[in-house]
Amino acid sequence: MPPEVLVPSSPDEAVALFGDGTGTTVIGGGTVVLPNITYGRLKPGRVLLLSQAGLDGVTVDGDTIMLGATTPIDALLGLEDQVSALAACARNLADYEVRGQGTVGGNLCVGAGYEAPRGDLQGCLLALDARVRSAGADGEQSEPIEDFLAHRRDRLVLDVSFRRPAASAFAALEYPHTHEYTVLAVTGARDADGTTRLAVTGVAGPGARLRSAEALASDPEAAGAAAPGDVTFADDALASAWYRGQVLPVLVRRVLTQLEESA
Amino acid sequence: MNLTVNGVDTAIDSGPLTSLLDVLREELGITSPKAGCEQGGCGACTVIVDGEPRRSCLTPVASIDGAEVTTVEGLGSPEHMAPVQQAFTHHYAAQCGFCTSGMMMAAQAYIDRGGTDDHTAIQEALGGHVCRCTGYVKILDAVAAAARGDSFDLSVTAAGAAMTNLGGVA
Repeated sequence: MPPEVLVPSSPDEAVALFGDGTGTTVIGGGTVVLPNITYGRLKPGRVLLLSQAGLDGVTVDGDTIMLGATTPIDALLGLEDQVSALAACARNLADYEVRGQGTVGGNLCVGAGYEAPRGDLQGCLLALDARVRSAGADGEQSEPIEDFLAHRRDRLVLDVSFRRPAASAFAALEYPHTHEYTVLAVTGARDADGTTRLAVTGVAGPGARLRSAEALASDPEAAGAAAPGDVTFADDALASAWYRGQVLPVLVRRVLTQLEESA
Repeated sequence: MNLTVNGVDTAIDSGPLTSLLDVLREELGITSPKAGCEQGGCGACTVIVDGEPRRSCLTPVASIDGAEVTTVEGLGSPEHMAPVQQAFTHHYAAQCGFCTSGMMMAAQAYIDRGGTDDHTAIQEALGGHVCRCTGYVKILDAVAAAARGDSFDLSVTAAGAAMTNLGGVA
């Protein structure tokens, strides 16, 4: 049976049609969902297509930056002066065309990939201590991104917001491969009071904070050595768990060094 | 649903989640966009949608209802090739040709948005396009030439002679 396809033309209509989300597949840019349909891995019954829903846009209000759910990744490149790590993270993601089509909300909601990690932005938005506003069962909610990622895919993302950090830094494992996946990447953000947050993309499951490393942020060497203890690594087609474990300390050291240099 | 495809207003009968690639190839018989990986990684299906290069394999057709779509068929004809096509021909930028459509559409969009002949910028713009013949040097030369606005007399170049011998079949 062909799926029921709904194309809301406003945020309110999108929220109403999503309801509690039961049995509904949401398509933001389509970069992840459409191949799943093409390859027969996903046979959706009810689809919410957000292309006309008006959920896109970047808003800068004082120190607060808000990204609408269907904001394309390439719009983040324009935030270079606001939060350089987010722009660097976006630039590292896939290629020109995919960045123009993939969305912020979609990147938060993707599940595990097929032999490759997904969710390139998650580590960066964790380090920025972002909040996610979403709709679904029990109405609208705003929660820390860490809580959202723990039960992601159940809810309709409306927007993501965070306060501009005093400094931010990004470092990714450069890995030549036909498909430009983020194999492993670390983002650091430092507030004016010196609070430092570190998070990683490319480990098993969604992006994760590196709290042991954060506690040692003033000593990049020690922080790097502690970081692998905060996460679980996975083997996939791009790299082994062992290799990721070797590289993570290096990326943590680089990010903390960049943060020191930008202070 | 409706699309303007290469300047022609076209009613679309395919289902709403059909990829733009399948709409173009299967419903409309426009075969320059190639079904390579069909998961967004190879670039061979790239077309221009409302001025921006897009992976047609990743685009549910309902998400671009009403849009303007341009494929290689809309760039030029064998008799009157667009500058980017002339540049690819002159510089031998096509070998097996499978990636060429996507490369040229990305190149056209790059030039349309003011791209220069800077190789680093071209590499960034075409970074999502894979050539399995590894003919990247010639492709970069061709895009740079087209971005500069070089003009070619294809009747006296080797590549032009080959085109003539093939009866203009590209």
